[in-house]
Amino acid sequence: MTVQHKPFAITLDVGSSHLNKTGSWRSMRPVYVDRLPPCNKTCPSGEDIQGWLSLAEEENYEAAWRLLTRDNPFPAIMGRVCYHPCEGACNRGQLDLPVGINSVERFIGEQGLIHNWQFEAGEDTGKKVMIIGAGPAGLSAAYHLRRFGHAVTVFEAAEKPGGMLRYGIPKYRLPREKLNAEIYRIEDMGVEVKLNHKIEDIEATKKSGGFDAVLICVGAQKSNMIEFEGDAGIPILDALKVLRDTELEQPNQLIGRVVVYGGGNSAMDVARTAIRLGAQDVKVISREDPDNMTAHKFEIQETIEEGAEVVNLRTIKSVNGHEITLEIMKISEQHHSGHLRVVGTGNYETIEADVLVLAIGQNVDPALFSKTPDIELDSHVIKVDAIMQTTQEGVFAAGDAAPSQRSVTSALGHGKKAARAINAWLDGKVYQPAPQNEIASFDKMEPWYYSDAPRTVQPHLDAVRRRNGFAEVVGDLDIEHAKYEARRCMSCGNCFECDNCYGICPDNAIRKLGQGKGYEFKYDYCKGCGMCDAECPCGAINMIPEDI
Amino acid sequence: MLQQISGSIAVAEAVALCRPEVVPCYPITPQTHIVEHISTLVKSGQLKNCTYENVESEFASMSLCIGASAAGSRTYTATASQGLLFMMEAVYNASGLSLPIVMTLGNRAIGAPINIWNDHSDAMSVRDAGWIQLFVESNQQALDVHIQAFKLAEALSLPVMVNMDGFILTHAITRVDMPTQEQVDQFLPPFVPRQKLDTEAPLSIGAMVGPDAFTEVRYLAHHKQKEALSIIEQQAEEFQGIFGRDSGGLIKSYYAEDAEIVFVAMGSVIGTMQELVEELREEGHSVGILSIRSFRPFPANAIDKALANTRHAIIFEKSFAVGMGGVLASEIHMATVANDLKISSVIGGLGGRTITKKSLRKIIESAMQDELDTEVFLDLEGTTVVRELRRQQEEQNSGPVAENILRDMGVVSASKTH
Amino acid sequence: MSNQDSNTDIPCEQQTVKFYQTGTFTVGNRLLDEGCRTVQATAERANSLDSGHRACQGCGQALGARYALDAAMRATDNKIIAANATGCLEVFTTPYPETAWSIPWVHSLFGNVAAVASGIAASLKAKGDTTTRVIAQGGDGGTTDIGFGCLSGMFDRNDDVLYICYDNGGYMNTGVQRSSATPPAARTATTMPVGDNPGSSFTTGKFLPAIAMAHEIPYVATASVHDLHDLERKVEKAMTFRGARYIQINVPCPLGWGSQPALTIKLSRMGVECGLVPLFEAENGKLTDSTKIRYRIPVEDYLKLQRRFAHVLKPQNTHQLDAIRQIAEDNIKRYNLV
Repeated sequence: MTVQHKPFAITLDVGSSHLNKTGSWRSMRPVYVDRLPPCNKTCPSGEDIQGWLSLAEEENYEAAWRLLTRDNPFPAIMGRVCYHPCEGACNRGQLDLPVGINSVERFIGEQGLIHNWQFEAGEDTGKKVMIIGAGPAGLSAAYHLRRFGHAVTVFEAAEKPGGMLRYGIPKYRLPREKLNAEIYRIEDMGVEVKLNHKIEDIEATKKSGGFDAVLICVGAQKSNMIEFEGDAGIPILDALKVLRDTELEQPNQLIGRVVVYGGGNSAMDVARTAIRLGAQDVKVISREDPDNMTAHKFEIQETIEEGAEVVNLRTIKSVNGHEITLEIMKISEQHHSGHLRVVGTGNYETIEADVLVLAIGQNVDPALFSKTPDIELDSHVIKVDAIMQTTQEGVFAAGDAAPSQRSVTSALGHGKKAARAINAWLDGKVYQPAPQNEIASFDKMEPWYYSDAPRTVQPHLDAVRRRNGFAEVVGDLDIEHAKYEARRCMSCGNCFECDNCYGICPDNAIRKLGQGKGYEFKYDYCKGCGMCDAECPCGAINMIPEDI
Repeated sequence: MLQQISGSIAVAEAVALCRPEVVPCYPITPQTHIVEHISTLVKSGQLKNCTYENVESEFASMSLCIGASAAGSRTYTATASQGLLFMMEAVYNASGLSLPIVMTLGNRAIGAPINIWNDHSDAMSVRDAGWIQLFVESNQQALDVHIQAFKLAEALSLPVMVNMDGFILTHAITRVDMPTQEQVDQFLPPFVPRQKLDTEAPLSIGAMVGPDAFTEVRYLAHHKQKEALSIIEQQAEEFQGIFGRDSGGLIKSYYAEDAEIVFVAMGSVIGTMQELVEELREEGHSVGILSIRSFRPFPANAIDKALANTRHAIIFEKSFAVGMGGVLASEIHMATVANDLKISSVIGGLGGRTITKKSLRKIIESAMQDELDTEVFLDLEGTTVVRELRRQQEEQNSGPVAENILRDMGVVSASKTH
Repeated sequence: MSNQDSNTDIPCEQQTVKFYQTGTFTVGNRLLDEGCRTVQATAERANSLDSGHRACQGCGQALGARYALDAAMRATDNKIIAANATGCLEVFTTPYPETAWSIPWVHSLFGNVAAVASGIAASLKAKGDTTTRVIAQGGDGGTTDIGFGCLSGMFDRNDDVLYICYDNGGYMNTGVQRSSATPPAARTATTMPVGDNPGSSFTTGKFLPAIAMAHEIPYVATASVHDLHDLERKVEKAMTFRGARYIQINVPCPLGWGSQPALTIKLSRMGVECGLVPLFEAENGKLTDSTKIRYRIPVEDYLKLQRRFAHVLKPQNTHQLDAIRQIAEDNIKRYNLV
C-alpha cells in the first residue's frame, strides 16, 4: 500500500493536524509562576519551609536539612522552641489543620544530629566581624557571616553560649544536649566564641581586635520590675533570674506556694519550672482574660495540665506578709473606642504566697552603651535603620536588643539579615532584600485535589511524669509520621509536578520536561482555555492577556 | 459441476467460493435464501475464516460491511427493496469511503403500497450512490458475475452491487455450472486492501471534506467509474478464459448490430425477449436485443456503437422516475444523441407483473407499424385508471388509490364503500 | 495511618493506600510508583488525539477522548482501532487535510458507529487477530438517539467492542439541540425555557448505562473527566473483558452548557459531587461498585455555573430546583454514592 493510492481527501495521514497552529485562537496566555507560600512569608527566619518540606516528602532528609539550614542553623532547637507562626498562616489550615511544620523541622534537625551533618564555611574573605552576645541572634549572624567567608568572633558575657536559649528556656522544652550540639556545629565552622567576656568598650575591642564590623546582639536582659504597696514579707523574684538560676542549678527559691505574675510565655515557663522543682502550689496571675494572654495557647494548656492554676483578670494591688491582694479586673465595654481593654472593678480578693515571681517583660540594659554615645537608643531598644545598622557606621544590632518581635525565631531572622547587611556593607554595598513574589493565597488554589489527611499529633509526655522532672515534654515524630506530615504540605504557589496541567490540557499544549524540570507550554497549540490555571492545585499558573 | 439449484443457492455457493471473511445479514424477501445458505456454509465449516453476523437491520448490515472492509476483510451482504432504502445512508457512505464491498440486490419493488415482487425500483433508487451496478440475465450469470464482482470491487476499491431479479431468478431452480474452488482461486486473488485500519500503519479514514476539495472528490469518483468500463470488459474476457463462459461485460448484443428495431433492457427479461426475437427473426423481421449488463458505470459509448445501425430502440424498464419516465430511456437517449435513433420508453413488469412474450410482441409489432408511442406502460389496465381518475375528480375525499383499484378489481370487498 | 513505603513489586490495586500530598486525585504524583501513575502523567502517552484539533476552548470531549483512548492504548500495547460517529469529535479532529488522530480511525455515519465497530471486530475475528481491540465512540446524540439501534444490536450480539459515549447532554455540533441524554430543565435550542416550560421536560430522557446493563453485557461503567484515575481504571478494566462493553463519560461542553472554558474539569467534578452524575460499574447487568462522592455539594452550586440552568435558579422556579435535587437524591440512593 503506497501513499498515493489512498483515496484523495477522505483518508488522511496521521500527524497532519500539527500543521494547524491553534495557538492563534488565544486571547489569554498561561504562564508558570512561583508564588510566595504563606508559611515562607510568615517565617521570621525567612526559611524556605515549603522547599524543605518538599524534600522531606521525598525522604531526602539531608537535602531538606541543607535547605532548611541555609536560613536557620538550629533546626533541632527551633523544632522545639519556635512558636511557628508559619503554621498559623498555613493554607492547609483552611482545609483541615495546618501542616505540623515545626514537628517536621524538629525531625529534620534530629536527622542532622544523628548523621552529624556539618556546615561549611565560605571562602575566606579576610574580613573580621565581632559579635557581642552568643544568643540566638548572635550565633545566627555568626553562622551566616562564616558562610560568607568572614572571620567571626563572638563575645559572650555568660559562662556558656546560647543566651535566652539556655537561660530563658527550660530544659523540658529544650534539652541541653540538643542546644549544645547545634552550637558546637557553628563553632566547628571556625566561629570563635569567647565566653565570660563582657564587652565594656565596643570601640576599643573593635580596634584592638582589628574587626571590620560590629554586631550587637545583647538581647533584652533587664527584667521589668514593679514596686507594690505593702511590706512584702516574701521574696519577689524576676522571672529571668529564676530561669537562669535553675539552669545554673543554683539553690531553689521556688518553695511552697509560688505565685507568678504575668500572662506571657516566661510566666508559664516559671510556673512549670516551679512545679518541677517541687513547689507546693503554683498560681499564675494574669491581667488578661484567657483569650488575650500573650503566652501561646499550648503553653497555657500544658501549664494547667501540669497542675498550675491560671487566674485571669487580676492585678496585684499589694503584698503584705504572705498575703497578696488582687484587684478583680473586667473587660471594658468601651474598649473598642480606644479606651483601656481591661479595667479595674474596685473589688478585691486575697491569696497567700511564699514567693512571688514577676514575669512582666524585659528591656535592653542601657548601661551597656554608656561608653558608645554614638549608638542611640529609642524606646529602650537600639535604634537601627532598614539594614540593621545602628546610628554608628559599621555597627549593627540584631535580636531583642533591636526593635523586634522578641522571639527566638525573629532573633535568628535578625541574625541572618544583619549578616547579609554586614556582608554587603563590607563589600561597599547596601543590602537589598530580594523582592517578594505575590502571595499564594488560598483562593488561588484548587484544594479538592489534596488528600484528606488529618494532622499528626506529636507524642506528649504524660502530665504526671512531667511534674517530676525536666524530661522533654514533647516527643519526636517517628519517620513515618514525619514523612506523612511533610506530605500534607500543599506546596502553595509552587509547582510540585502533579502533572495536572500536563494531563488536563485538551490540546496537548504542555510539554513535560522530566522529573525536577517541570513543564513548558506549547504556545503553538495552547488555545488559552485556562483549565490548567483553574485546576492547578497549588496556584502555580497564571493567565495573562495576550497582546492582540 | 452442473447442479440443479435455485438462483439464491447458486449465488450463495459462488460467494462462498470467493472466500468472504465477513458476511453480515438481515433477512428481506427475496434475497433471504442467499444469506440463509451462507449461514449454513459457515456453520458447517464449509466456508472457513468467515465471520457471519446476524444483525438488527440493513443499516447495521451495511455498516458492518463498512467496518469490516475498512479493516481489510473481503465483505459481502445481500438485500432488497425496503432494506436497501433502510441502509441507504450507509450505501452512499461505502462508496464514498471507497470500500470494495460486494452486495447482491434481489431486485424488488418499493412501497407503499408494499409489494414483495420484482421490479427495478430499488436498483434505480441507488443509481447515483457511487456503486458499480451490474445486472444479470440468468442464474448462471448471477453466479458468474458475483465471482467477477469481488475481483472488480477490489481492483477499483469500489463497492459492487449485483442486481438479480427477485423471485424470477432468486427463486427459480435451474441448472447451473458451479465452478471449482481452484478455478475461483485462480481468477480471484486474495484481497489486498488499498487502505486499511492497521495499528502498524495508522490512517484516518472518513475525513470531513469542505468546498475546497469536494468537487475533486466527486470528479475522481466519476473518473474511477469510467476507468471501470475497460476493467469490466477485461475481467469478463479473463473469466471466459478460465471458466469458458461469456458472463458479465458491459453490454450484450443479440443481433442488435444489424437490427432495425432493438429492445434494450436489463436483467431476466432478456430471456423472454430472446425467445421472442428468435421467433420474429425467423419470421424475417429485423429485430434484436441489447442487454445492459453494467448500468453503473453506464457504457454510453458501447451502447452508442451497438445501436449505430438501429432505427428504433425500444427501451424496456422495470421501473421509472415518477413524473419523468424511464430512467434507462433517458440515459440511452443521452448516449445516442448524435445518432438518428428513434427511442420509445416502455415501462413494464412493475411490482412483479408478468411480462409475457405476447405483450412484448404487441409492442414490437406496433413499432414495426411505426405506431409505438414514446412512452408506453405495458399491459396498463386503462379502465381501472380512468375510473380512479374520475373518482378523484368527483370526490374531494376519494380514499387511497391502491385500495380503490383493488376494490375495482374485486380483490377487496366492495361492501367497504364510502 | 497506613503510610508505608511504596513497593514497586506490588501491583497498584494491592498497594497500601497512602498519602502522597494529593494522593491519586491529581493526574500525576512524583512520589507514586511509576506503574501506578496515570497514563496521562507519562511523557510516553500515546496522544491518540493530538494537538491541532479544532475543538472549542476547554472542550471536555477532546479531553475525555484522549484520556480513554490513551488508557486503552496502554492496556492493549497500542493495539487499538477506533470507529467514530459523526459529531463534534469527528468534525473537530478530521477536517481535510488534517487529522488529529494518531491511531487507526474511521468515521462512517452518525448513527452506525456501533455497527461499523462490530464490522471491524468481525474482520479481526475472521483473521484470527485476538490482540487488536476495537473502540467505538460517539456523542450522546449519536449514542442514545440515532445510533441506539446499532448500539443495542452490538450489545445483543455481544460483539467484542468497547463503546464509549462522550455525554455532554445534547447535540452540540449542530447548535445545541436536545438529545435524549439532555438533563431535565436544561435549556437547548429546541427546549427553550419559555413561559412555564422548564427547558428539557422532566418526564423525558433515557439513561443509557442502565439500558446497557439491561442487555447484561460484560461491563458497563460511567466516568467523568475530572477523575482521571477512576476513568483510566475503568477503561483498562473494560479492556480485560471480551464482548460488548459500554462506558459513558461525562464531558462538559462550554458552548452547550454556557460555562467558562476554564471550568470544564470543575463542572465535571461538581456534577459528580452533587449527585447528578453517578459514577459506577456493572458487570453482566449487576451493579458492582460505585465511586463515592468525596465532598457533597448542593446541586445549585453546580447549576449556577451553567447558563443552560439559569432559569432554574429564579425564585419562581424553586419547584424545578427541588425536582433536580430529588434526582440527585435518587441517584445517591440508587447507586450508593455516599
